[in-house]
Amino acid sequence: MYNLKKTFLAAFLVFVPFLLHSQAATDSSRVLKEVILKGKPYQEVIPVQSLSGVLLQNLASHNVADALRYFAGTQIKDYGGVGGLKTVDVRNMGTHHVGVFYDGIQLGNAQNGVTDLGKYSLDDMESLTMYNGQKSEIFQSAKDFASASAIYMKTKRPVFSGSKKTNLLVRYKTMSINYHDPSFRWEQKLSDKVSMSVSSEYIKSNGQYKFRYKRKNQDGSTAYDTTSTRWNSDIEALRFESGVYGQLNKGSWDAKVYYYDSERGAPGAIVENKFSDGFRQFDKNFFAQANLVKDVSEKYKLQLKGKFAYDYTHYIARDTTTVLDETVTEGAQSDDSYFQQETYFSAVNMYSILPTWDVSLSTDFQYNKLNATRRGIQTQFSFPQRYTALVSLASSYRYEGFKVLGNVLATRVIEEVKYNAKAPNKTEFTPALFLGYTPFKKYDFNLRAFAKRIFRMPTFNDLYYTMVGSSTLRPEYMNQYDVGFTYNIPAGKYFFDKFSIQADAYYTNTKDKIVAAPTGNLFRWMMTNMGQVKGKGVETVVNMGKNIDKINLSANLTYTYSQSQDFTKFAGLELSSYGDQIPYTPWHSGSGILNAGYEFWNFNYSFIYVGKRYNGNVNNIKVNEVQPWYTHDLAVQKSFTFNTFKLNGSVEVNNAFNQNYEVIYNYPMPGRTFKFIISIEL
Amino acid sequence: MKKTIIKILLGVSIIVSLVSCREDETIFLSSDVSVAAPRSDGKIEGFYLLNEGNMGMNRASIDIFNYRTGNYTTDVYSERNPTVVKELGDVGNDIQIYGNKVYAVINVSNKVEVLEKWTAKRIKKIDIPNCRYVTFYKDKAYVSSYAGPVAIDPNAEIGFVAEIDTTSLEIKRKVNVGYQPEQMVIHNGKLYVANSGGYRVPNYDRTVSVIDLETFTEIKKIDVGINLYGMQIDSRGDIYVSSRGDYYNTPSNLFVIDTNTDEKKMQLDLPVLGMCMVEDLLYFYSVQWSYLTNSNKITYGIFDTKTKKVISDKIITDGTDKKIMIPYGLQVNPETKEIYITDAQNYVVTGYIYCFTPDGKLKWKTTAGNIPAHIAFITKN
Repeated sequence: MYNLKKTFLAAFLVFVPFLLHSQAATDSSRVLKEVILKGKPYQEVIPVQSLSGVLLQNLASHNVADALRYFAGTQIKDYGGVGGLKTVDVRNMGTHHVGVFYDGIQLGNAQNGVTDLGKYSLDDMESLTMYNGQKSEIFQSAKDFASASAIYMKTKRPVFSGSKKTNLLVRYKTMSINYHDPSFRWEQKLSDKVSMSVSSEYIKSNGQYKFRYKRKNQDGSTAYDTTSTRWNSDIEALRFESGVYGQLNKGSWDAKVYYYDSERGAPGAIVENKFSDGFRQFDKNFFAQANLVKDVSEKYKLQLKGKFAYDYTHYIARDTTTVLDETVTEGAQSDDSYFQQETYFSAVNMYSILPTWDVSLSTDFQYNKLNATRRGIQTQFSFPQRYTALVSLASSYRYEGFKVLGNVLATRVIEEVKYNAKAPNKTEFTPALFLGYTPFKKYDFNLRAFAKRIFRMPTFNDLYYTMVGSSTLRPEYMNQYDVGFTYNIPAGKYFFDKFSIQADAYYTNTKDKIVAAPTGNLFRWMMTNMGQVKGKGVETVVNMGKNIDKINLSANLTYTYSQSQDFTKFAGLELSSYGDQIPYTPWHSGSGILNAGYEFWNFNYSFIYVGKRYNGNVNNIKVNEVQPWYTHDLAVQKSFTFNTFKLNGSVEVNNAFNQNYEVIYNYPMPGRTFKFIISIEL
Repeated sequence: MKKTIIKILLGVSIIVSLVSCREDETIFLSSDVSVAAPRSDGKIEGFYLLNEGNMGMNRASIDIFNYRTGNYTTDVYSERNPTVVKELGDVGNDIQIYGNKVYAVINVSNKVEVLEKWTAKRIKKIDIPNCRYVTFYKDKAYVSSYAGPVAIDPNAEIGFVAEIDTTSLEIKRKVNVGYQPEQMVIHNGKLYVANSGGYRVPNYDRTVSVIDLETFTEIKKIDVGINLYGMQIDSRGDIYVSSRGDYYNTPSNLFVIDTNTDEKKMQLDLPVLGMCMVEDLLYFYSVQWSYLTNSNKITYGIFDTKTKKVISDKIITDGTDKKIMIPYGLQVNPETKEIYITDAQNYVVTGYIYCFTPDGKLKWKTTAGNIPAHIAFITKN
C-alpha cells in the first residue's frame, strides 16, 4: 500500500511538474485519477512542460496563447488587441510544425496551417501541456507522432464531490477597456458511469486601447510622442461546448461538440498616415469528436477516435476615404468566404509483448476540403481536396534504467483539384527515436536524447493561392535533435519542499522551409521560401515549491537561449541577410510565475521577458532591431464560502508597468489593463 | 518565517534585475559611406533614391548620393524630419523632382510627401489613397491612383488621376481613368495613362487613357495590350508602353503609341519591366517568372528609338549582372551616362545599388534600403 502511494506521488510529481505543491483536495485527487488512467508515462524520455490547476487559473492570462508564453522555447506571434491573431512557434521551427490538440484530437487548418490560439478560452481548461518532439507515449494516434512539437489543451472533466450530482459555475469578467465576458459551466452526473458538461461563453469588446509611439532626437529631446487609439480590434464571440464522459469496464469514452461564432476586426499594421483600417473577419467553427479507450485484454489496448469539423471564414476589406468630397476606395478590396471541412478517423492498437516491451500500430485517415466564394476575383479557385493516410508503427522498451521509444510514420497524401494544376501525390517515411536513462537508483535524475525527422505539407494556400501559391511546392522537412535531463529533489530534503529542474539543448535543421509572413493585411500571407534554416538553443525550467506555515509558495522559472540562422540562397546567390537570425527570434527569453496561496487568498505574479530581436526585414542591422519587451502581470484572488456555494473574486493587472511594446513590428500591444472576475459555484 | 519571505523576495528581485532593459528609442539615423571619387563637373549634384519598403513594415526610406563628395547616405528622412510620426511611411512607389520640390509617392500611407529639394525637409503631405506615380506639366502635378468609386464587386473600381497645384499643393481636379492606372506621360496638352487592371486578374485592363488637360476629361481609350505598366516618350512624340503580361501565357511586351494619331503603331515583342529614356536610347530590363522552371529569366538591353531597333542585349558588360538577384530600378545619368541598377534581392531583405560606367563596367556598389527602386536626379538650378 505504501509503495502504491509512493508511486502515485512520484507519478503525480513527474506528470504535472508545474502543479502547485499544495492545493485544494478536489484538485489533487482529480489529477491523481488522471495519472492512473495514463498508465506508463515516459516523461523522463521527452521534454515536457505543463500548466494546470490553480496556477493556470490564476495566471492573469486571457487565452491559451497568453498562457503558452510561460513555456520555455515558445514564441507567441501576437498582433495585439482582443481580436488579434495569436499563433505559437516552438523552437523557432515555425507555426506549422506545432501540432495543437484539443482534448486529444488535432485542430486542423488545411487552408493556412495556422491555429489562432487567441480564440481558445482558459475558462474550461484543465491543463496545457507542451512536448518537444511528440507526446511521451506510444498508445496514441498517428497524428500525435506527426509534428515537430505538440501542444495539448485538455478541458475540464466533471468531478463531483460527495453525493453532488450537479455543479454549476457562473462567471463574469470585465476589463478597464470596454470588455464583457459572461460565461457558465454546468456539469451533471447522469449515472454512475456517465456525466456531462455544458459550457458557454460570450465575449464582447470594442477592443479600443491606447498605444503610444515615441522617439527621441540624438540629444535626448523628444522628436515625437504620440498616443492614439487602436481601432478595429473589436470582437463579439460566442463559444458553446458540451461533452459527455463515460466509464466502461476497463476503459472510457467521451464525446464533445464545440461551436464558436465570432465577428471581429482584424487590425492592420500601424503605418505613417494610416492608423486605422477596416478589415473584418467572421468565423464559424464547429466540430464534433469522440474518443474510446479500452483495455481489451491484459495485453491488448484499443483506442478509437473520430472527428468532423466545419470552418467558415468570411473576410471583408472595404476601406473607404474621400477625395474632393467623393467617396473612394482605400487599398485593395476583398470579400472572400472560405468553407473548410475535415473528417478524421483513427484506430490505435497497443500490445504488450512483455511488461517492459510494448508495440503499437496507429492508422489515421483524414479528408480535407476547401471551398471558396471570392467576390470580384475572376481567377478560378482550385477547390482542393486532400486525402491523408498516416500509419505509425511504434515500440517502447525498458531495461533497468534504460528506456527507448521509437516509431516510423508513413504518410500518403493524395490531392484533387477542380481547377488549375494539382500538387503531386506524396509519400513520406519519417522516423523518430527517443532514449532515456536513469543512472542512479537513489536520485530522480533522468537523462534523455531524441532525434526526429518530420515534415509539414504545404497548405492549400501555399499550393493554390492565386498568384502566390505554387502547386509544385515540396513539403518542408524538419530534423530535430535534443539532449537533456530532469532532476527532482525529493520532497522536503532541502530548503524547498519541491524542486525540479530540467534542461534541454537542441539542434534543428529545416530544409525547403516555406515561410508565410503576413503583409499589411493579416489574412493575406506573403510566401517566401526561405530554403534553409539551422537552429540551436538551450531551454531550462525550474520549479520550486515551499510551504511556510499556512502559506504555500510555488515558482516556475524558464530561460531560453535560441539561435536560428537563415542560410537561404536564391538563384544560387546569398541574400544580404545570409547567416542572420530569422525574424522575431530573440536570443534570450524567459518567464517567471510566482504564486502564493494563503487560506482563501491567492496571489500570482508573472513575468515575461523577450529579448532583442529583428523584425520582418530580416537583416540583423540596427534599423531592423526590435526592442526587448517585458511585462509584469499580477492577480489577486479571494474565495468566500457560503453554505452551498462558493464565491470567487479576482483582480488582475496586465502589463503593470504600462510598457508600450510590440511583439510584431507595427502592431502595438495594450498598455496596463485591469481585469475583474467574479464567479459563483453551486 | 519573515526571513524566508525576505529571502525569496530577494531572490526574485535579483532575477528580475538581471534582465536587460529597453532603451529610449531614437529616430532612425542615416549612415554615410564613401563610394566614389568626388566630381565637380556637370549640373547634376546627386540623386535621391526611394526604397519602397516591404508592405506593412512602414519602411519606405530615402537615400542620397552626392556627386560632389562621392558619399552615399542611407535613410535621411527621419533625421531631417524628426517630428514626423512613424517617418516616411509604408511602400514608396515613385519619387520625382519638379522645380524646387521633391514628390515622393507613398502608396500604402496614402499620401504624396512633398519635400524641399535641397534639404529633404517636409513641405506638405497630400492625402491621396492608393497613389502610384507622379508626373508634371506646367504648374501642375498629376498623380495616378488605384482608388475609385466604391463598386458592388470588390476591385471593380476604376482608378483616377488627381491634379495638384504645385504652388498650393492642393488637389484641384480628378478624372477617372481605367483600372489600376500606373505610369503616365504628357505630350501636347494630353495626359497618357497606362491602365494595368492588376486587381482584376486574369481580366486585365488593356488600354491607355488619353486625358485632355484643359477640360480634364478622358477623350479616348487606346487599346494596347494587357497589364500595362511603364511609360516613356521620345523626342519625336512616340510613347513606349510596357506590358507585364499575365505571368503565364502572354509574355511581357513593349508597344509604341503614335501621339499624332493616338493609336498603337507598333508591337516590339520585347520583354520590358523597367526602362529609362536618355536622348534617343531606351535602356530596359525584364524579369520574367517561369512557372515551368520556377525561376526568373532576367534580360537587359538598349533600344534605339530612332531606328526602332535593339542595339545591344546587354547593359552590364563585365559579368556583374550574374550577381544581381532581381533588378528593380534602372536610371541613367543624362549628363555622364552612368547607369544605376538596383537589386531588390527577395524584396524582404536589404537591397543594393550598383553604378556602372557608360560602357557597362561596375564602378561601385553599396547597400541601400529595403527594395531600392526609384531614382530622381538633383540638378543645380
